[in-house]
Amino acid sequence: MAVAQKKDIKFLSSNNIKRGENKYCRFLKYGIKYIDYKDTDYLLRFVNEQGKILPRRITGTSLKYQRKVSQAVKRARHLALMPYVADGLK
Amino acid sequence: MLKQYETVIILSPLLSEDELKNAVNGYTKWLKKKKAEVLHQENWGLKQLAYPIENKQSGFYVVLEYQAEHDVVAEMEVEMVRDNERVLRFLTVLLDKYAIKYNNDKRAGLVGKNKKNVNSKSEAAPTEGASA
Repeated sequence: MAVAQKKDIKFLSSNNIKRGENKYCRFLKYGIKYIDYKDTDYLLRFVNEQGKILPRRITGTSLKYQRKVSQAVKRARHLALMPYVADGLK
Repeated sequence: MLKQYETVIILSPLLSEDELKNAVNGYTKWLKKKKAEVLHQENWGLKQLAYPIENKQSGFYVVLEYQAEHDVVAEMEVEMVRDNERVLRFLTVLLDKYAIKYNNDKRAGLVGKNKKNVNSKSEAAPTEGASA
């Protein structure tokens, strides 16, 4: 009893929680170099239901391409291809 | 030095077919007069706007791709602002080498809807999970 067994140690959170799959930058992975602002269907993936641009920490996009994504979304908004404000976009 | 640009113009939905043609031809002619080379021209037709512009719910989309000197673009934008009867909105973008390649591939059908569907299916699963 003097030496605590490893299974006796209690952690605040269970270490059985499984981590999800690692996020990755799709542009680096698939070698996409240019993001077309005219392709609304594609841009919809980087936007939430209200039409807001999703953060990098959710989509996993690298900083370099996040800048291009946000530029493309903003261009699409200017051309009324995507809404500035929306409700239930998806 | 010549650079390659792409301009998207939204024209008023109130124009008749002839007026629309005149407007587009007017801009391509104007560009040619300024010694710009119009490489491609695309008409998307009447399209629903994502939000109303000047109380209009739809507009004619026209895409022009051309090579020109940089000062031609500024002049063309002034022309379009003056032409506010017909032009609802416009956007000119400088194309880099990747954009030019993308546009050519898209026209050749390499990255068009067909190719993209193959790509998007393999990609779709992780993002949809993340954004849901």
